[in-house]
Amino acid sequence: MLRVSDIRVYYGAIQAIKEVSLEVNDRELVALVGANGAGKTTILRTISGLIRPRSGAIDWHGTDLTSLASHQIVARGISQVPEGRQIFAGLTVRDNLMLGAIQRRDRGAFDQVLERVFEFFPVLKERYGQPGGTLSGGEQQMLAIGRGLMSRPRLLLLDEPSLGLAPLMVWRIFEVISRLKAEGVTILLVEQNARKALDVADRAYVLETGRIIVSGAARELAANPDVERAYLGG
Amino acid sequence: MTASEFGQQFVNALSLGSIYALVAVGLAMIFGILRLINFAHGEVLMLGAFAAYFIAETGLPFVVVAVLVVVTTVAIGLLMERVAYRPLRGAPDVALLLTSLAVSIALQNGALLAFGAQPKPFPTPAMLSGQLQLGGGVQISQVNLVTVITALTLMVLLTLFVTRTRLGISMRATAENAMAARLMGINVNTVIVAAFLVGSALAGVAAILWGARVGRIQPDMGFIPVLKAFVATVIGGFGSIPGAVIGAYLLGFGEIFLVALLPDSLGSYRDAFVFAGLIVILLFRPQGILGSTEPEKI
Repeated sequence: MLRVSDIRVYYGAIQAIKEVSLEVNDRELVALVGANGAGKTTILRTISGLIRPRSGAIDWHGTDLTSLASHQIVARGISQVPEGRQIFAGLTVRDNLMLGAIQRRDRGAFDQVLERVFEFFPVLKERYGQPGGTLSGGEQQMLAIGRGLMSRPRLLLLDEPSLGLAPLMVWRIFEVISRLKAEGVTILLVEQNARKALDVADRAYVLETGRIIVSGAARELAANPDVERAYLGG
Repeated sequence: MTASEFGQQFVNALSLGSIYALVAVGLAMIFGILRLINFAHGEVLMLGAFAAYFIAETGLPFVVVAVLVVVTTVAIGLLMERVAYRPLRGAPDVALLLTSLAVSIALQNGALLAFGAQPKPFPTPAMLSGQLQLGGGVQISQVNLVTVITALTLMVLLTLFVTRTRLGISMRATAENAMAARLMGINVNTVIVAAFLVGSALAGVAAILWGARVGRIQPDMGFIPVLKAFVATVIGGFGSIPGAVIGAYLLGFGEIFLVALLPDSLGSYRDAFVFAGLIVILLFRPQGILGSTEPEKI
């Protein structure tokens, strides 16, 4: 399980995260919701080792992640699909997917995971030799998620997977998220689309200006009048 | 200009462009990944030429000398990265730029102290001197021929490296989006070391070819090639490896044919024309020929 304890994160002199603690149990889907600028992306980046917390600990199955480099964190089974897709536009779909599995050396397993990604997103098979930049926005998001799955992560960090997508595509992305959960992948999902996120999640944390203000079962949070007023547009 | 003169100038331009390309690729690779304009790259070349001078004194065969020169420049490049640039990881780009200028000046002055300001003859081997007679009165110098063949071979190998190998593809990915590359599990330090390794090896080859071309070596000899390579990468689009190669050949042809076509009284102003040409290109295509128009992301 992932246990984030009392992390504080600063950008220069500005404190972005004020003592946040959260947990994601194995095989659980946990949503992190909150307004723009609340610090959701910062938390995911800190878990992935892109930013170091000034204090606090991040424990993953007995290892403290705060002293590890990003590639060592990926090697421990944590994969992130970053906000805004961040695919390699100049590289082919093939190379993008290969890079997702860069730490996996066995060829047989690569083909197997690739088949699974194609099963989720058949369009990636059609676009296999094309540069990532030629794909549509929705296809790029599928590539970003597919690339994140290529390392066969035990924990998947999804940052705003539905941002800027057409409704049909949002529906498909959430369908894939549900399937991944059913297959036993542990997921920490950051979403502005709080209603959708609470629909699929087991538990959720609500973040406001760098602090967790409410947490609990996703179903209960969805019914909480304060949460509904602030984040579900009720 | 007669046909045979044109043939000779053509090969000469190809050769000059080839040397610029070997230097420019190293600059472009390191810039692409570190956002660092490594002005000390010219000093890697200079030290490679001095290494050739001292190693050749032992009387070893030229091929062995060449290999040892490349080993030396690679060692210098890796040492430079480890000592001067790695401690600045995460620092503003301008700090890296100033450091590279400092490294350049320090190495140049160190060489001045160690080797003296007096130019030394480059130990040009037999295979890089003399003329080759082709039919129809066309003759080309052997150094030009070897330069062109060596550079083209290395460019093909480099292309295979960056498009077919995991490390090469990781390098391109890191140059395009360093954050996403880290999230994939790419070890950015490995990629940076690889860029310095490849760039310095190419600079070592360029040191031998440039030394054989100009015939003498001195501590400030790295400045002109690195300046021209810098111009080539700007023309081609900074950070783009194919762009750097295209820019280098354009520059080589521009220089040689300007001198060939201009009246003798203007020939010595060729660099002025080259830089004027650079300004014109940048007015119309500020991002260079193959540079991306994408604005810097925050």
